[in-house]
Amino acid sequence: MTEAVGVATLGTGRAGVQVRLEDLRRRYAGVSALDGFSLTLEPGELIALLGPSGCGKTTALRLVAGLEDADGGQVVVDGKDVTGLPANKRDMGMVFQAYSLFPHMTARQNVAFGLRLRGVKSSERKQRAGDMLDLVGLSAQADRYAHQMSGGQQQRVALARALAIRPKVLLLDEPLSALDAKVRAQLRDEIRRVQLEVGTTTLFVTHDQEEALAIADRVGVMRAGHLEQLDAPGTVYSRPQTPFVAEFVGLSNRIPAMVSGKTAEVLGVHLPLVDETTSDGPAIAIVRPEAFTLAGTIGDTSLDAPLAGTVIATAFLGAVSRITVDLGGGLTVMAQLPTSEASAYPAGTAALLHLRTDAVLVTREAAVVPAPGPAAAAVENVGRAG
Amino acid sequence: MALDLAEATSTPADGRPAKGGRRRLPLAWLGGVPFIGYVSIFLLLPTAIVIFGAFLKGNGGGFTLDNLKSLNQDYVRSAFENSVILSAASALIGAVVGGVFAYVIATGRRDGTMRRIVTSACGVLAQFGGVTLAFAFIATIGGAGFITVFLANHGIDIYSDGVWLYKLNGLVLVYTYFQIPLMVLVFLPAVDGIRPQWREAAESLGGTTWHYWRHVAGPLLFPAFIGSALLLFANAFSAYATAAALVSQGGIIVPLQIGNSLSSEVIVGQQNYGKALAFGMIVVVAIVMALYVVLQRRTTKWLK
Ligand SMILES: Nc1ncnc2c1ncn2[C@@H]1O[C@H](COP(=O)(O)OP(=O)(O)OP(=O)(O)O)[C@@H](O)[C@H]1O
Ligand SMILES: [Mg+2]
Repeated sequence: MTEAVGVATLGTGRAGVQVRLEDLRRRYAGVSALDGFSLTLEPGELIALLGPSGCGKTTALRLVAGLEDADGGQVVVDGKDVTGLPANKRDMGMVFQAYSLFPHMTARQNVAFGLRLRGVKSSERKQRAGDMLDLVGLSAQADRYAHQMSGGQQQRVALARALAIRPKVLLLDEPLSALDAKVRAQLRDEIRRVQLEVGTTTLFVTHDQEEALAIADRVGVMRAGHLEQLDAPGTVYSRPQTPFVAEFVGLSNRIPAMVSGKTAEVLGVHLPLVDETTSDGPAIAIVRPEAFTLAGTIGDTSLDAPLAGTVIATAFLGAVSRITVDLGGGLTVMAQLPTSEASAYPAGTAALLHLRTDAVLVTREAAVVPAPGPAAAAVENVGRAG
Repeated sequence: MALDLAEATSTPADGRPAKGGRRRLPLAWLGGVPFIGYVSIFLLLPTAIVIFGAFLKGNGGGFTLDNLKSLNQDYVRSAFENSVILSAASALIGAVVGGVFAYVIATGRRDGTMRRIVTSACGVLAQFGGVTLAFAFIATIGGAGFITVFLANHGIDIYSDGVWLYKLNGLVLVYTYFQIPLMVLVFLPAVDGIRPQWREAAESLGGTTWHYWRHVAGPLLFPAFIGSALLLFANAFSAYATAAALVSQGGIIVPLQIGNSLSSEVIVGQQNYGKALAFGMIVVVAIVMALYVVLQRRTTKWLK
């Protein structure tokens, strides 16, 4: 029923518009928060900006919203340059991290606020605010104040308020980070459902990779004020273009390697390089836990010489499990396996691992800041002899 | 607030009373005893004495309304009038100027040195009164004060219409000296409660600065502002020492009248006249403080 109401009365009346961010620059007292940041959002698309703390995600969003002035570059919405427009002329819906509802107004009054400023008649205002609250599933809480609602409910109201003005662009800055895990996952899917329903072009900022991968059409991974990679979630995860992306998105082992020619020798296995221009010499290979399989479980001929080690920990993650294997010489690696296979290898047992011969990314830089959450603690093997 | 859900779900597990341990006597109230004792002896008891005394015959006799009736005289009415004017004027000036200061402080950096200095200075200055404050003003803008003399030497006579420092106007000026810092102290928490997201949300929804003040910041701060102004009013209304030091003759405001009635020869049968005056003050202050509490309650709900 909610769905039907949404489609009938809430559609923006136009398809989403294209939004282009061109070579945006912004400096704060010597710190370059954005350094030539470019990104194009296709009409109706939801792009998640992902990156470590301080990489400029919020700055990018605020430049689009007009809450911050750019030092250089352009924001083009639907073919029109809005770079010089103040925030209140840009027609953008904004959802903040938390506590952004006006505390002296009810949920309905909050949602109707933008309409009131636009001079919409009281009866129509009430109707449209009611529809928006319906859309986010909060009709029953319409007359509550912020302090009478949970954090998740408040964020739903904030979303309804941002969408009520039928904005050209929807901007969300870590809207879920103040919520606990269960509500976060639930509301994340809800935001996506609503966004698809209204079709508004959306920029969603987060530092939670799981959130970004789950919600977005495309994920933009940011680093130090610029875009490192922009691709569909699956691509960003399985074919990262840079070691930074490989390490920041998903879980990685850092394993000493030796580059020569167009291959890298990792744990005695010769792997093709993703970036063939890498110069020869010692380096660190970024290897996904999925790249390891248990020897003997599959008679796969593509598997190279097995690696002998001892299981020192297993983590059950549902259908898959992650085992940590000590390969001797101070080198431990994480391998991700189907739980049915991993269950035969409790801590303390010996295991034989194979490394798949996928193309590998190598780096000579220190590890990137690990993304938050236990699933992201990359195994650190730097400083060990190759 | 954001944790409501978490709290709600964790209550069944955590809310169970601990098993095994002996039932403990509820002794938490013991901590409040010194405070309650202190308030009883130095606030409640005197207030009760004043209120009862206001209705008792001076010669130890029974109930009477004569004390209150004696308030209905020209010089008493004018003292109350002056007290209200002084309190209202100094509260208004203090509230406006102090309110602006508080806003400026709150929009600056939270951890800034400037903020720390200003708030501690306000803490001291809000308590600054009595002979010291009176002397400070006499020494600077009194008849022979150095600013008065300096201005006079440059052709500006601030006392061309007579010396007003020792009159009601003078008291208003001197009182603002402690009213402004007091306003900063009591209003700052409310202004601190205003979140920058509210302005930005209003802006992104199409609001101008005027819209923001008209629909968001204004309505949010108004109760706290009025509440703080009422507190300032009560503060000025009951202040005695500064006025006593500055105004040597007569009782132009109620506290001075009470002082006079305590120190001068008392007309037989009118010993409780002073208590009647004090009773009048208590009534005014009680009304003001009741309004203050109502407004404050609203503010703390919004701006925590
Ligand atoms: N108002 C400001 N004044 C000074 N420096 C700022 C300001 N805002 C941001 N910066 C700096 O700009 C850089 C980018 O900040 P930004 O808030 O965009 O990061 P972010 O990616 O959103 O980080 P987070 O995940 O922690 O929110 C940081 O180094 C930050 O310290
Ligand atoms: Mg941020």
